Amino acid sequence: MINSAIIADQEEEITLIKPSKGWGSLNLRELWIYRELVYFLTWRDLKVRYKQTALGAGWAVLQPVLSMVVFTIFFGQLLNVPSEGVPYPIFSYAALLPWGVFAKALNDTGRSLVSNRSMLTKIYFPRMVIPLASVFSSLADFLIAFVVMLGLMYYYQIAPTSNIWTLPLFLLLAVITALGVGLWLSAMNVLYRDIGYMIPYITQLWFYLTPIVYPASKVPEQWQFFYALNPMVGVVEGFRWALLGTADAPSPMIAVSAFISLALFVTGMFYFRRMERTFADMV
Amino acid sequence: MSNLAIRVNNLGKQYRIGLTPMRYRTLRESLAETISPNARANRAARKQELGTIWALRDISFEVEKGQVLGIIGRNGAGKSTLLKILSRITEPTTGSAEIRGRVGSLLEVGTGFHPELSGRENIYLNGAILGMKRDEIDRKFDEIVAFSEVEKFIDTPVKRFSSGMYLRLAFAVAAHLEPQILVVDEVLAVGDAEFQRKCLGKMDDVAKEGRTVLFVSHNMSAILRLTDETIVLDQGQIELRAPTPQAVDHYMASGFSQSGERIWSIDEISSDSAPFRPLALRVSDNSERRLDSVRSTNPISIEVEYALDAPIKGLRVGIYLQTTRGEYVFTSFDTDNTKQFESFSQRPEGHYVSKCILPPDFLNEGQYILGINASSYRVKRYFQDENALAFTVDGAGAPGKQWPERRLGPVRPRLHWDIDVR
Repeated sequence: MINSAIIADQEEEITLIKPSKGWGSLNLRELWIYRELVYFLTWRDLKVRYKQTALGAGWAVLQPVLSMVVFTIFFGQLLNVPSEGVPYPIFSYAALLPWGVFAKALNDTGRSLVSNRSMLTKIYFPRMVIPLASVFSSLADFLIAFVVMLGLMYYYQIAPTSNIWTLPLFLLLAVITALGVGLWLSAMNVLYRDIGYMIPYITQLWFYLTPIVYPASKVPEQWQFFYALNPMVGVVEGFRWALLGTADAPSPMIAVSAFISLALFVTGMFYFRRMERTFADMV
Repeated sequence: MSNLAIRVNNLGKQYRIGLTPMRYRTLRESLAETISPNARANRAARKQELGTIWALRDISFEVEKGQVLGIIGRNGAGKSTLLKILSRITEPTTGSAEIRGRVGSLLEVGTGFHPELSGRENIYLNGAILGMKRDEIDRKFDEIVAFSEVEKFIDTPVKRFSSGMYLRLAFAVAAHLEPQILVVDEVLAVGDAEFQRKCLGKMDDVAKEGRTVLFVSHNMSAILRLTDETIVLDQGQIELRAPTPQAVDHYMASGFSQSGERIWSIDEISSDSAPFRPLALRVSDNSERRLDSVRSTNPISIEVEYALDAPIKGLRVGIYLQTTRGEYVFTSFDTDNTKQFESFSQRPEGHYVSKCILPPDFLNEGQYILGINASSYRVKRYFQDENALAFTVDGAGAPGKQWPERRLGPVRPRLHWDIDVR
């Protein structure tokens, strides 16, 4: 937003304020200085999320579990969707884990700037702190839901594969994708409130473009390339591969997924930085 | 530069006027504008027609280290915009500013407070938002709590706080910020009078510690007390920079309506005041003319006209009278007397005029500022404007007028003197 040259000059900061032009730098250093604020905002989101609910953090478990039950009844039982040799509940739950993080992060980041408008107009801090905190807070639900996954695996007597160490990498891919898209959407939402209304539909469409209720192998061969451009395909398949040993090891296509995700993330950051200077006036 | 804390060069901020009525464009409009050449032409035309306004224009000034500088000006003069630019919330359109030292800005108290969180949690959250480090907050925690006087409720969600407690807590956090340069907007205009005094005291300490302070306020007594030098902003430009007493006199004497009447239009009233709606404030000496000048030898009537859109319990509507130096002469409410207090314990909705009469031979000659306040004690302050109307008291015929000297003090009573020769 502002070209601030922080020079260590006898412990005195010098800040230069002037109009900025064109594409600015990311200024990640300043973001690092404000890391404690990210921590506190994440903590606030977590503290507040389930306040005054009877079930509290139980919702973090209930949401994916209820989805799993519904999918198992409709897709697993009634429509007989194949589940690659594992019971359908665990097949869908393994996908719902990373999807939950992704969908929640996307939703929260997309709206984060507008819902924190009072902060934007009253105090200075690197604006990227806000979407970042939204992403981190969505990770907490993942940890809780993951415990249920372990329970399900015990129940169905499925041992995790030796590839389980790759899980954090796939999770990271999901988070970076969500953050990349979230940065774009949140900055656009400041200007166009339409985005806020579009987010649920974007999420829903994305849900069907990701192999959650069906296996990726069901997608016709000639579409597989385009299908894999969706980073969440790689993430979900990766989760099933690492946890359940179904699906094939990630093909080179995962590199394409990762590239797309990084591209979204980096362009998202630049776009965000560029739009940032108008936030306080427009939000 | 070494001894300067802030240097501002030709700073300007331009806003598009269309911004307020249609704050955000919808995507459809933008798409239509991009696609259809017709609409694009429309947009260009609209841009021209609406034009832009300069909220600030060519502002240049310097602030030395340790100086406490006041900034005053009417609503819309650009005070807040200036502070927002200096606190890096928004960017200037032109010019630049150079700031030496860590800046802490208080444009609002309680930024980021979450109603569901407890007082304790909000102290940490708000502290972090204001730029304090965690160990810094740990260190000052007890002090903050003591200052806020809400010890007993520190683990209660702040949504259960009274508005006074909420503000006290919020200010307490802000007051413990220790930047080298402090930028403060009208945050002192909150809370009850006692707490305001405490806040002012704290600000006094801050100023004495040799920190640089930029202080915006409508409260002239606060400006006079805290600052040595003051900038008067008018329509985005610096009208005057002078020693504070001189700047305050200049500001107070200029621009007030000369009619003895202040009328509020809808857009001047914040929605926070609902259901109270001020309509007018009038001063007159009952000589059938409503001018800004009243005779000190006549009874002076003061009328507050207002509407209630819903019934209010325990409402009191009152006036403050101040000198142009910001000293209070008195405060009085329409339910001060037991009789009114009892018969108006609840006021139904409707249109009201509360009127009082100042006795003749009461005020000294000079300029006075009338303010109004509408509140329910310890419940809510619906409306307050401390500088609603200025008027002049003409001392013709007042006691002691045979000597053309200026008499000290805001009152000039006609006292009964006896001179005994012993």
